[in-house]
Amino acid sequence: MTGNNYWKILTRPLVDENPLTLQILGICSALAVTTALDTALLMSVVVVCVLALGNGSVSLIRRQLPHSVRIIVQITIIASLVIVVDQILQAYAFEMSKRLSVFVGLVITNCIVLGRAEGFAMHNGFCASVLDGIGNGLGYSLVLVIVGAIREFFGKGSLLNLQILVPVSDGGAFEPLHLMLLPPSAFFIIGGLIWYIRRKRPQQAEKPEFTLRPHEQGTE
Amino acid sequence: MSETANRDGTARALGVTLAVAFVCALLVSVVAVSLRPVQQANVKAERVNQLVREALSGIAPMVKTENLEAHVVELASGQFDDGIDPATFDAEIAASNPDTSVEIPREFDLARLRRRALHAPVYLLRGSDNAIHTIILPVSGRGYQSILRAWLLLDGAASKVRALRIYEQSDTPGVGSRIEDPDWQAQWRDRPIYDDAGVLRIGVRTRGGAETDEYAKYLVDGISGATRTARGVDGMVRFWLGDFGFGPFLQRIREANR
Amino acid sequence: MSALAELMLRSVFLDNLALSFFLGMCTFLAVSKRVDTALGVGLAVMFVQTVTVPVNNLIFTWLLAPGALGWAGLGDIDLSFLKLITFIGVIAAMVQVLEMTLEFHVPRLHRAMGIFLPLITVNCAILGGSLFMVERSYGFGESLVFGFGSGFGWALAIVMFAAIRERLKYADIPDGLQGLGMNFIVAGIMSLGFLAFAGMA
Repeated sequence: MTGNNYWKILTRPLVDENPLTLQILGICSALAVTTALDTALLMSVVVVCVLALGNGSVSLIRRQLPHSVRIIVQITIIASLVIVVDQILQAYAFEMSKRLSVFVGLVITNCIVLGRAEGFAMHNGFCASVLDGIGNGLGYSLVLVIVGAIREFFGKGSLLNLQILVPVSDGGAFEPLHLMLLPPSAFFIIGGLIWYIRRKRPQQAEKPEFTLRPHEQGTE
Repeated sequence: MSETANRDGTARALGVTLAVAFVCALLVSVVAVSLRPVQQANVKAERVNQLVREALSGIAPMVKTENLEAHVVELASGQFDDGIDPATFDAEIAASNPDTSVEIPREFDLARLRRRALHAPVYLLRGSDNAIHTIILPVSGRGYQSILRAWLLLDGAASKVRALRIYEQSDTPGVGSRIEDPDWQAQWRDRPIYDDAGVLRIGVRTRGGAETDEYAKYLVDGISGATRTARGVDGMVRFWLGDFGFGPFLQRIREANR
Repeated sequence: MSALAELMLRSVFLDNLALSFFLGMCTFLAVSKRVDTALGVGLAVMFVQTVTVPVNNLIFTWLLAPGALGWAGLGDIDLSFLKLITFIGVIAAMVQVLEMTLEFHVPRLHRAMGIFLPLITVNCAILGGSLFMVERSYGFGESLVFGFGSGFGWALAIVMFAAIRERLKYADIPDGLQGLGMNFIVAGIMSLGFLAFAGMA
């Protein structure tokens, strides 16, 4: 594999094949942990680590892994990695791990992780697999960070807990958009993000199933 | 597929699966066990911080836990025991262990706890001038049908109660459970503990007494229909403020202030 | 009794796993093209959830929780860190059983659901349900109610979503928003609607 190929593996999932906005993977946690930028960042780090290590491990044993048990073995590896990460978080980032609550555990069922393990790591070498894991993790992180930043900024006027706009309740002029802290806003923001990406990259846009036929001149 | 290939297939599958399972189990166990102590300390510290923050809400301005001092006190002497870590000390576990607890003589056992630990945690909130602003004492006692647990907040001079925050009880809902109501608890605010002669007078009025009774100002009204629960609160407060509870410690605080 | 009824209402509407916690979204967005597949997947999820949450509750209470192994004299062992992998194991087994049963008894449904049946194993909503059960310290009865309620709520959301999507097939939507983008907007509006239940006492 050439260096150029490696670069492509790393960067393709950022926009062109973004796991979230194109492949519809990993949505679950993306929406729930983005109420603040710091949880979104921590979640991103967790997913990049699990993806990279998981992909790497699966790639290492791919030739030994019999077809019949491959999915459950992949799940076992991923689950173990997630448990390890969860334990580390509980020990060294306790406050944040409580705010992430069950969503760190849910990385096990994050479609991206299993999807890339089965779809890429089973068929590619170690380096490529690790890079693919990192790339997809970064693509996922990109969406999470954008959504998290928007929601925290407009919902609380802060970024990374540093108050930027002073809310009215503290004597400032900023009226926080409380909707940003509620679930629906995440849906709307990602919907808007997808719209933006597909305008820039029209090849990603889906074709409608039924189009309006041009109006025919009525015959008398 | 031939027989041997099939056997290989199943044997291989089993072998690989077991190997993966073993490696994963090893990894997970090692990490979990080695990180366990750090996590437990986190949980304990967080629980205490949380409860103390709740106890202080509305009384003191936003508590920065840096200004909150935690100590373990030897109850009999009232002295700090710096050898015990307040973050990991559990008074209830200590109370059930004969080596670290003592039986409470009947005439002193107002809270009907029967045993208490030899030590107890205390929390001191200091103001910006480093003087003690609030003393926070964890207290417990037997109510009507459950153990009551509360935070007793005193002023820095240990002369009056700032608040009694009862956070755990399972007495009769709607009756005894009203001791958790903020309205009832508000009665404790600024309640003096001792009379001019230094005798402990604070308590809950559980008998109908005349309002003009000379000790009326030290008493908080009970709850009609919840006499036993009210008596439980009364016993709890009077026990822990008394000589067999935090009394010696509070005495030392008063002497240090003088 | 009313506490259980309230829990039921909460899990279906207010704490809806799909619309308030975003769990199971991948399947949600992928499967809801037609109402009948959505219904099939919804029912399957409901079944798996109703079985796995109480079973996981029993396993957690009697084997994994701190002090749980007291009945075996091993009271100070804390195996709670194993919950992630144990729960997923139970879920995978349950889905396998369901798949085999469907294949045997209702092969048409089995074929129609195709790949989505084994995908239920990695449906965040199922694992999420069990993890929430632990986080909120539910008892066995509550786990039963929560399992059924949350499964039903998810199924409800997905069927409603599929119905809306079927109507949207004929709408004239801007190019970039077509498909996935629109689905998100619709899901957001549905989520707003379900939030209204927060007002219910």
